[in-house]
Amino acid sequence: MTVFSVLYLLAAACFILALKWMSHPSTSRRGVLTGELGMLMAVIGTLMRHEVVNYEWIVIGLLVGSAIGVPLAVLMPMTAVPQRTAISLACGAFASALIGTAEFYRVGQRGTFTTGALMVEILLGFLTTTASLLAFGKLQEILPGRPITFKGQNFFNLGVLGVAIVLGITIVASPGSQALFPIYVVLALTFGVLLIIPIGGADMPTVIALLNSYAGLSACAMGFALDNRLLIIAGALDGSSGLILSIIMCRAMNRSFTNVLFGGFGQIQTTAAAGEQKPVRSASAEEAAQILEAAQSVIIIPGYGMAVAQAQHKVRELHDALVKKGVEVRFAIHPVAGRMPGHMNVLLAEADVPYDKLIEMDDINPEMAMTDVTLVIGANDIVNPAAETDPNSPIAGMPILNANKSRTVMVIKRGMSPGFAGIDNELYYMDKTLMLFGDAKTFVASLVKELAGSH
Amino acid sequence: MNYEFGLYVFMLSAFLGFELIRKVSPLLHTPLMSLTNAIASISVVGAIMISGEAGASTLSKVLGFVAVVSATTNLVSGYLITDRMLKMFKRPEPTKK
Repeated sequence: MTVFSVLYLLAAACFILALKWMSHPSTSRRGVLTGELGMLMAVIGTLMRHEVVNYEWIVIGLLVGSAIGVPLAVLMPMTAVPQRTAISLACGAFASALIGTAEFYRVGQRGTFTTGALMVEILLGFLTTTASLLAFGKLQEILPGRPITFKGQNFFNLGVLGVAIVLGITIVASPGSQALFPIYVVLALTFGVLLIIPIGGADMPTVIALLNSYAGLSACAMGFALDNRLLIIAGALDGSSGLILSIIMCRAMNRSFTNVLFGGFGQIQTTAAAGEQKPVRSASAEEAAQILEAAQSVIIIPGYGMAVAQAQHKVRELHDALVKKGVEVRFAIHPVAGRMPGHMNVLLAEADVPYDKLIEMDDINPEMAMTDVTLVIGANDIVNPAAETDPNSPIAGMPILNANKSRTVMVIKRGMSPGFAGIDNELYYMDKTLMLFGDAKTFVASLVKELAGSH
Repeated sequence: MNYEFGLYVFMLSAFLGFELIRKVSPLLHTPLMSLTNAIASISVVGAIMISGEAGASTLSKVLGFVAVVSATTNLVSGYLITDRMLKMFKRPEPTKK
């Protein structure tokens, strides 16, 4: 056993401990530190391998990468975390795809299994690269967030993937077919693009988690191609983590994988929603503040709109003002609120809301009926009672936060436009619902001001 | 038969991954994703091997270099931002009497 293989073994142990300690906020920072230690050992171990003889470009590469990575992590605002994750996934997958390509063109004998692993690595690497870049474009709103669909899309997409797989098998089976390789790469890149264009904003949490899984599996395939067990372990951990997160996200929307990937959510019911003009009750900040002040318990339901308006700090001020007046305030977090798993928790933690106030859906729903006021800030589909009452609704069966069961509902919203899924929300028309029209940040700020003014 | 051994390693790690991730509180799903993403930048190991070996072709060197930069960016930013996020998760305030 050589020094580097001991370091690899220790690194693998570190990664496993890092994930184990990630399970709870009190140990999670230790987990990150352990993960960093593992990575350091892996890099040092690799540099010590006798096959590695040229260090100049490696050192320059490590320095350039750090020079890009540090500002990317330090300067990134917390609201942009989904975008950062997407761009980071693209970086990781691109590295993996390039290594696969370099390995493919390297002279030397390779077995069928190794070439096969290499082709899997390259396919997953390149498709995740373009898919993540596109997801980044959608999240950053450089590209339109609405799903783009065309006739025969699923057939076409599967066709592209099918041709790529056939090419891949041909390359593995006949060593003379190297010339097909560039076409294989182009098909992988194209499939990544095709995979993301029909995805709407509400499905982003699932897709980001799925891309995370692909990036991990690509690293794992590299482990097989290079006969490196550390890569297999780390890649498999990442692959299974991404997969289980996307399963959790799918379950939270009562949709299957295939439905998310091939569904084309978003244009289903827009025609039915338009045309009807039902009366709604609206209220001013002053009236709303009086009701909140008189309440004993308030549940705040944040959604993507809170992130867009950057309202999390004002929401924390509202929380403080109400707590000071003796009101019990909690936050109800839907698993798919926002644009990536756990998005709302990070934003509210950034605003210093203690994490024991952030309650998961299954734990808070039974308490809704005993709650005086629920305040919905920038959320829509995740509180839409149609999911439970209307079997024909596109979101039928999706678990929701039962804001409609509380005694009074308040909804802060810019206007009456439907949410990302394009579905009308009957919650807004209920007798006990008050619509608070305005920008989330401005409206919450005026609520705080009203609460401070009245003694 | 080395790859058969590799497949066993893969199978065990995948199951271990499932068990570990299932225990993670939904509260931490975002930092979890950026941590696993950072761990996946282990591909930097492959990048170093490709670009550093004796007699590497120009193509290998160029691709290897870009891969080292790309994987390192992912690695450094991934770990740093995960820690930045976790620092924000404040312990519950002690209940006042």
